[in-house]
Amino acid sequence: MRRLLFAFLLLLTAVTAVAEVAVPPLTGRVVDLAGVLQPAEQAALASRLAAFEQQKGSQIAVLIVPTTQPESIEQFGIRVVDQWKLGRKGVDDGLLILLAMEDRSMRIEVGYGLEGVIPDAVAKRVIAEIMTPYFRQGDFYGGLNAAVEQLIALVDGEPLPAPAGKSTASGGSFEDMLPLLLFGAIAVGGVLRAIFGRFVGGAIGGGLVGMLVWLLGGGLLFALVLAIVAFIMTLSGGMGGVGGVGMGRGGMGGGGFSGGGGGFGGGGASGRW
Amino acid sequence: MRKLFTVFLLFSALLLSGCGYNTLQATDEQINAAWSEVLNQYQRRADLVPNLVNVVKGYASHEREVMETVTNARARVGSLQATPELVNDEQAFARFQAAQGELTSAISRLLVVAENYPNLKADGAFRDLQAQLEGTENRITVARNRYIQAVQQYNTTVRSFPTNLTAMMFGMKTKPNFSVENEQAISAPPAVQFE
Repeated sequence: MRRLLFAFLLLLTAVTAVAEVAVPPLTGRVVDLAGVLQPAEQAALASRLAAFEQQKGSQIAVLIVPTTQPESIEQFGIRVVDQWKLGRKGVDDGLLILLAMEDRSMRIEVGYGLEGVIPDAVAKRVIAEIMTPYFRQGDFYGGLNAAVEQLIALVDGEPLPAPAGKSTASGGSFEDMLPLLLFGAIAVGGVLRAIFGRFVGGAIGGGLVGMLVWLLGGGLLFALVLAIVAFIMTLSGGMGGVGGVGMGRGGMGGGGFSGGGGGFGGGGASGRW
Repeated sequence: MRKLFTVFLLFSALLLSGCGYNTLQATDEQINAAWSEVLNQYQRRADLVPNLVNVVKGYASHEREVMETVTNARARVGSLQATPELVNDEQAFARFQAAQGELTSAISRLLVVAENYPNLKADGAFRDLQAQLEGTENRITVARNRYIQAVQQYNTTVRSFPTNLTAMMFGMKTKPNFSVENEQAISAPPAVQFE
């Protein structure tokens, strides 16, 4: 019995031993979990990357971990970028430079949109000819800096869509406009009711809302449901209870850094120093 | 009467989305997309092979046997009809997987042989090709993983209640998934020989 328990415990430890390294949270453009960079160096790299994103729109990030064991650096890398989603959505212009200190391995993970300008062979050259010599001498900041400059120069040559940061992001998603739409429906419905009377006014108001929702890309069924809601609302003379819908969206962390939704497909190269 | 019809339409639309039909369709489409990506990456690798053989030939022309294995494996992969419909045919899927697995091992053998030729290893074209091959192998892994996940989601929907009734009604069957190639070779410990 005791032996069984022991075996069970052993099994448990075995399971935890294989557990993979968790993907660290994206706290900034440079995430150093191995304590390799000085704070000043980290800040310098981060501000260079931030400036490039302002100018070009592409997101480049650096991640330094102690180890990726038991996974290979490729397996770990794709998990990180799947979660971080560097690069703009649809443009997929994200880049990740990944270092695993104890494994002495590095990887450049290239987003879909940059695979043309940084094909695997080029990424491999950045690793072999720029990063490796620096790293062999223990100069990690120098190697990262040189690699970042080289990658920036490469990406800069690629015609990408202009960064969207200058004007506020164009029209929020459909869900954001829903409360607005409902309030509009009440106001317009009131006017329509006054002109056409209850039933006809309600029908027109409902039809208008349905059309609008459908045109905005809300799906036919959804449009129909909303149209009926608007119809009933107008019919019964604008119930007061709708205000609850417009709960404010919590302010998203100002100044923080988050991925833009870019996709990765495993492109890039790895190497060891 | 007409009103009744409208109500029926609305009701059936609601019902349709509740019985998993839409989920089945969405996951099915996701599988197709993931599978196309897998094919895409395999094709990319197959396109690299002739260049690789040519470069190696320049430095190690007498390694005929290895290069022939690669060329043959490449030809076999090319002769298979790698269509998106492959996912619905379990046997064709297995054949496809076997052929790709053969090419994988043939390429890695060629790269091992290349290690013996310092001039070849130093060749810029060879190094670029090697980087491209490595990248492509990694892309294949990623694409296969995504396919595996998509199929898993779909198969779970097809098998679990009550969506399995819908699947049965529309004749949607579980899809084949990737299995570990040469299982025995992996579980056997690698032979290390010191000279």
